[in-house]
Amino acid sequence: MSEEYSVEIVNPEKSFLSKDDVTEVVVPAFEGEIGILKDHISIISFLKPGIIKIFSKSGEESFYVNDGIIEFKNNNLSILTSLILNLKDTDKEKISEIRKSAEEELNKSEINDQEKYLLDQKLEVLKLIN
Amino acid sequence: MASLDDLKKRISSVKSTQKITKAMKMVAAAKLRRAQESAEKGRPYSDKMNNIILNLSNGISDIENAPKLLSGTGEDKVHLCVVMTSDRGLCGGFNTNIIKKAKQYFQKVLDEGKALKIITVGTKGYDQLKRLYGDNIIERISFKDSKNVNYFDADKVGKIVIEKFEKKEFDVCTIFYNQFKNVITQIPQEQQIIPLKTSEKDENSSEDNYEFEPEEDEILSNLLPKNISTQIFKAMLENSASEQGSRMSAMDNATRNAGEMVDKLTIEYNRSRQAAITKELIEIISGAESL
Repeated sequence: MSEEYSVEIVNPEKSFLSKDDVTEVVVPAFEGEIGILKDHISIISFLKPGIIKIFSKSGEESFYVNDGIIEFKNNNLSILTSLILNLKDTDKEKISEIRKSAEEELNKSEINDQEKYLLDQKLEVLKLIN
Repeated sequence: MASLDDLKKRISSVKSTQKITKAMKMVAAAKLRRAQESAEKGRPYSDKMNNIILNLSNGISDIENAPKLLSGTGEDKVHLCVVMTSDRGLCGGFNTNIIKKAKQYFQKVLDEGKALKIITVGTKGYDQLKRLYGDNIIERISFKDSKNVNYFDADKVGKIVIEKFEKKEFDVCTIFYNQFKNVITQIPQEQQIIPLKTSEKDENSSEDNYEFEPEEDEILSNLLPKNISTQIFKAMLENSASEQGSRMSAMDNATRNAGEMVDKLTIEYNRSRQAAITKELIEIISGAESL
């Protein structure tokens, strides 16, 4: 029995990535990382800023996402996100740019706890990869 | 009859107008291809988003505690309309069609004695609406500076709408835009986004049992604002494709009309030139005869 399923990542502009030989995807869900294998139960969850790791036959890929929603159904994983970057071909400048704007946002006074939590998360992740 | 010189001038001016419209048509055609592409590429996102929301809202058990963005405020007093038009003119009936559709809706709302608030996106819409509904326009947004339609612009509009909703400034929100069908046909659309109207097509989604993490309503309340931006983004994409398509066919028409006009003027020019020559000849001949 094959252990593969398909994953599709879409952002508002286009279908970012589509693969059907994925063995495992690790996503930064809101309440912690989830690793999804084949025949996982149908699930809907949303993401916090973090790294998506995709393991497939052709190797491992990682992406940075800002936010997003995932839906897993019938061995189809859809990831919707507004901002996604492939870590392999993203330069540091872009990342530090995002980081800077996140820092600025954090310094604004009128943010609520949840936003603050998300921004903290974002900065942490960005620090990690930078 | 106009003199030969006048006709000559008119012909050359029509010709240069024709050059302009031809160039505009070509530019629009190039832009249309790009806009159409991005509209098609953007569809999976909004479709998937819709699907997920449909699945979620089907799963929700108690409607009463459902997020307000889904179920509405329970009232129907203040209507907010987001009218999306272009920033540039010379695109045929594109803007007028949206405005016409919107005005019908405005009239209906006002006739029912409800309050009306308008947000215009794109300068042309504002120009056309400010005379009649100037007092109702609460916000005008324009993305003249951004070259392409991008999600962050849509997100800005979405955030404004949501902010106003949270301040309870309106109960129902409708967006107006042109749906791109093909180059000749664009259909003006009105789409209600708050409260969300789920089209009841549950054949393939009703049986699914999802696991939710975190809870359903928490996901939903996070997802719905995003959905609004997504819907607006979709509308913006459709709109930009429609705008270019509309401009293209308008400019095509203009070019053809100019060509016809040049033909007609040329015939008139030749005729009057010939008439002048004949007249001169007759004068000479009759002068010679009288000698």
